[in-house]
Amino acid sequence: MKPAKFDYEKPRHLDDAAKLLAGANGEGKIIAGGQSLGPILNLRLAQPALLIDVRGLTELSGVKEERDAIVYGATTTHAAIEDGRVPDAANGLLRKVARGIAYRAVRNRGTLGGSLAHADPAADWLNVMVLLDADIELFSARGKRSVRATALVDGPLSTVIGADEIVTSIRVPKLSPKARWSYYKFNRKPGEFAEAIAALVVDEVRGLARGIVGATAAAPSPIADARPFIGAFDPTKAAHAVTAAGFLAGSYEYQVHLVALKRAVMQLSS
Amino acid sequence: MKTISITVNGKPAQASVEPRTNLADFVREHLHLTGTNIGCEHGVCGACTIEVDGGPARSCIAYAVACDGATVRTIEGFAADATMHALREAFSAEHALQCGYCTPGMLITARDIVLRLPDADDGRVREELAGNLCRCTGYVGIVRAIRRVLEQNKL
Ligand SMILES: Cc1cc2nc3c(=O)[nH]c(=O)nc-3n(C[C@H](O)[C@H](O)[C@H](O)COP(=O)(O)OP(=O)(O)OC[C@H]3O[C@@H](n4cnc5c(N)ncnc54)[C@H](O)[C@@H]3O)c2cc1C
Ligand code: FES
Ligand code: FES
Repeated sequence: MKPAKFDYEKPRHLDDAAKLLAGANGEGKIIAGGQSLGPILNLRLAQPALLIDVRGLTELSGVKEERDAIVYGATTTHAAIEDGRVPDAANGLLRKVARGIAYRAVRNRGTLGGSLAHADPAADWLNVMVLLDADIELFSARGKRSVRATALVDGPLSTVIGADEIVTSIRVPKLSPKARWSYYKFNRKPGEFAEAIAALVVDEVRGLARGIVGATAAAPSPIADARPFIGAFDPTKAAHAVTAAGFLAGSYEYQVHLVALKRAVMQLSS
Repeated sequence: MKTISITVNGKPAQASVEPRTNLADFVREHLHLTGTNIGCEHGVCGACTIEVDGGPARSCIAYAVACDGATVRTIEGFAADATMHALREAFSAEHALQCGYCTPGMLITARDIVLRLPDADDGRVREELAGNLCRCTGYVGIVRAIRRVLEQNKL
């Protein structure tokens, strides 16, 4: 289908983008890669009056390396991460995950910030950023603020990002060089959204051992203490983690999430 | 309406477009380049895949206004391209098409695989092709055709 009519602006500066968004009275939408918004517009599930393209904003592009973190501009594409054109804060986890998102033609345009703002529960970056305890930096005409990825999602496809706020960057804490991770995405075809995700990260230097059960109804479900899953699979703890993620024992969803967790555990120990 | 300047198949084009015009409709209806096909219109099938700024992109979910200043190549723009020539021959030799609806998008993706992943094996080729649906061939011929060109390039 074809989208309903909309206006389009491509501002040069972040300030102007924020003003346009604030002035649109809830009828404006940011567009970055358009790889989630495009389908939604084409299906007329959303009919905004104005699209504000942020791909030209220098404030949202590029990557900054800090001592303990890497700060990715919101318009960093999945393909740039896949290709290693930007540094990987998580010892190869980001590169691996990027390659499994959609298809190359989608990865060339889709962005980190767009994926997080869209917050599909099955989206890969949402799950990774919760796992890594990243911060999402926001800007609006009211000012700047930062939200933790763990507090980003407040419902299915819903986030705490205000209607007037723009994601500017994502601050990902660095893993130490010896840290290990695993990420298991269950889907029927490469490039599809996940039916189940499970991921673990162990970083002795940072005293960190946690995980997530993802592709839930809304936010990824944290595993605060992943030690029972290092080098061994604790079935009782696993059942608990999958139940805590909202799945009914015996259901198909429960089963695929349990298997995803098991495979993430196997990946970590291999 | 918005005025855009865009280079398509080496020729600069200026046009006035509605912001909701996607790039596929733009090349087909404004420039009469009908080699690009449209299937699902939501990014899933790959029929509309064309090259934008050197890499494959879905032209059904890229709006023409958002491609102002871009360099675009549609399947018509590869007539003199050596890799595309080799792929066309290989597609023909390996029976990699029947109705041909998926083929323009398939060829753009195939060319990206050949140039970006020179060491791809069958598994990797299939993984990379997951975003281009073919309702006729069953993919065997397509995978063989791409492998044929990958192998030729190693000689
Ligand atoms: C066929 C297909 C398969 C896919 N498979 C997967 C998959 O397996 N895994 C996966 O994770 N994703 C998948 N995706 C989604 C893809 O990753 C998108 O690129 C991504 O979700 C959105 O990024 P975008 O830059 O294209 O955002 P857009 O589509 O431009 O925007 C998405 C939403 O975010 C908002 N937004 C965008 N940027 C900002 C910003 N800077 N600040 C505030 N709001 C913003 C927009 O207003 C909109 O609501 C798939 C997409 C397609 C078409
Ligand atoms: S028509 Fe664009 S991906 Fe199907
Ligand atoms: S040849 Fe008919 S869809 Fe591929």
